[in-house]
Amino acid sequence: MDQLIISGRSFNSRLMVGTGKFSSNQAMVASMEASGCEIVTVALRRVDIDNPADSMLAHIDRNRYLLLPNTSGARDAEEAVRLARLSRAAGCEPWVKLEVTPDPYYLLPDPIETLKAAEILVKEGFIVLPYINADPVLAKHLQEAGTATVMPLGAPIGTNKGVRTREQIAIIIEQAIVPVVVDAGLGAPSHAAEAMEMGADAVLVNTALAVARDPGAMGAAFRKGVEAGREAYLAGLGEQRQQAEASSPLTGFLRD
Amino acid sequence: MQLVINGQSREVSAESLAELLVELQLDTSHVAVELNQAIVESSQFATTALNENDRLEVIQFVGGG
Amino acid sequence: MSFLEIINSCKPAEVLRQIEAKTLTDVDRALAQERLQPDDLMALLSPAAEQRLEQLAQQAHRITRQRFGKTVLLYAPIYLSNECSNGCLYCGFNATNKTARKTLNLDEIEREARVLHEQGFRHILLVTGEAPGKFGDDQLEAAVQRIKPLFSSVAIEVYPMSEAGYRRMVAAGVDGLTIYQETYNRTLYEQIHPYGKKRNYDFRLLTPERGGAAGLRRIGIGFLQGLGNFRSEAFFTGLHALYLSKHFWRSLISISFPRMRPAEGAFPPPNPVSDRHLVQLICTMRLLVHDAGLVMSTRESATLRDHLLPLGITQMSAGSCTAPGGYSSEDQSTQQFAIDDDRSPAEICAMLSSRGYDPVWKDWDRAFLSREAR
Repeated sequence: MDQLIISGRSFNSRLMVGTGKFSSNQAMVASMEASGCEIVTVALRRVDIDNPADSMLAHIDRNRYLLLPNTSGARDAEEAVRLARLSRAAGCEPWVKLEVTPDPYYLLPDPIETLKAAEILVKEGFIVLPYINADPVLAKHLQEAGTATVMPLGAPIGTNKGVRTREQIAIIIEQAIVPVVVDAGLGAPSHAAEAMEMGADAVLVNTALAVARDPGAMGAAFRKGVEAGREAYLAGLGEQRQQAEASSPLTGFLRD
Repeated sequence: MQLVINGQSREVSAESLAELLVELQLDTSHVAVELNQAIVESSQFATTALNENDRLEVIQFVGGG
Repeated sequence: MSFLEIINSCKPAEVLRQIEAKTLTDVDRALAQERLQPDDLMALLSPAAEQRLEQLAQQAHRITRQRFGKTVLLYAPIYLSNECSNGCLYCGFNATNKTARKTLNLDEIEREARVLHEQGFRHILLVTGEAPGKFGDDQLEAAVQRIKPLFSSVAIEVYPMSEAGYRRMVAAGVDGLTIYQETYNRTLYEQIHPYGKKRNYDFRLLTPERGGAAGLRRIGIGFLQGLGNFRSEAFFTGLHALYLSKHFWRSLISISFPRMRPAEGAFPPPNPVSDRHLVQLICTMRLLVHDAGLVMSTRESATLRDHLLPLGITQMSAGSCTAPGGYSSEDQSTQQFAIDDDRSPAEICAMLSSRGYDPVWKDWDRAFLSREAR
């Protein structure tokens, strides 16, 4: 069985789902269920004391889904570490999607603060899944620090543009000693399939599901896209390289 | 007693953190709390006493990518 | 996970069977990949791939041109001592061979170094046998410190050291390590290393990792062609190169292609490698690791070396001697193996230039290292 293994834990699904931006808890749950995902991300925010909302967590079966709290909102390492510690204190397993995004326009991850936070959190026993730009050298630093995966973006969050960082992601996959999860920017099942065909170990999708007309149906579609991409990768894809022009014969000197 | 919760001043009757969360109608299994800038483990909510002018951050899980 | 665990999970006979079973379709698919997976590596090492040798060569040429341009790095070995307590059946320095033994003192080492420095070399490789009582870490460190001022890069091809030993070497100024597993086949390895410290397969296999952990910037590996079946040996060498590239990502991996030569005590190679197969090996390694240095020593003939250049060779030795003290004297009787390409460095340079290559004497500079001991 082709399983995804992160930090020694096995998963059948290679599609992770983000729970943000859905129009309702019902839509969120429908999408999660149809996607077949086993890992869902959540965020941490201050409670509105005057108006405590229905906790979305009540709608997520903790026996079925592994909660992956993210540190979105953190603008530096210190804030990210604090959020991770808070989620652990709230009773979550020590898994954290490390997301440090000081840039509020594109929500691009800060490489320096991410590495700083990762080093601290790994030492504190967290299973760290860092969200990064598709920077191969940063990915190596994080793996050296002991993160459980690396999560390079395909395109900026919410843009649905697909795997725009293809060349760098290919390098990251080639050099990785941990699973590579393509996260952010995947707008269609074909994008997810593309990432999987390249050899990514998993993908994380949020916006494309949340803004679909039918989030449940879209969840099912993404599930198929991820599975198709993975199966194609395992089956051995054919022509990838562009043909180049030949130079003059190089092996003529060999005599049988 | 007077507390500052999530930046807001509030008069409460609760004496422990667990009681406060009940008073605020929050599910204790789904929140994280910082008391005077120190994180409190959820297992300690019942035994953590509150004092006048304590500052609290009460955090919950919400949707996120 | 160390490479030892990976090797232990492979069965050489099964690997060879899989390689030999690859079809021309497998080969064509492998040739079309931008990056090779282990399965593609098997295809390119297969008998079927011999029908695509020219395409393999063209691609190796293209990748090398892209990554290295038209540069070839020149280096020279300095044999410091041919004392050896190992019994490697195939080697001229084998403890039972009657070869005269010689160990250079520091002045003699410096003399050798100056000869090479005069010829233009700035990259050198220090070579010894394995003789703990006669030439060890202390002597090596002293040698490095003595000749370091003359060169930009000092690499060592000596007995396997501990990580602490390699750290000491790094502090002394060594920036490269070359170590050949000789054969990745454990059974064969034990047969051809009947006694001596070299008999420890695991310790030798993990040497590149100790060197990488100690901070060595250049790590060179290879298998001795002629010992085991070249297809499975190349496969394991390829896996080893991939592993080291991933785990020591700040280090540059290089692969050498030593092919058994006449040596004192003449041990006939059980699996001789033809020129055609050597070409297949070199090209496949280039396709596997686009940025690896591919090294060709003067073991091979001048004509062959010249023809191998466009296929991906990026480092060549020139005017080499494998006898301790051989640069400063005429006496080559203590040599490890006979040299075939005996052109002088100047002749090699002329050849390179005439073929449109740029001979590089110096690819590195100690001055870049801020924390080096002076």
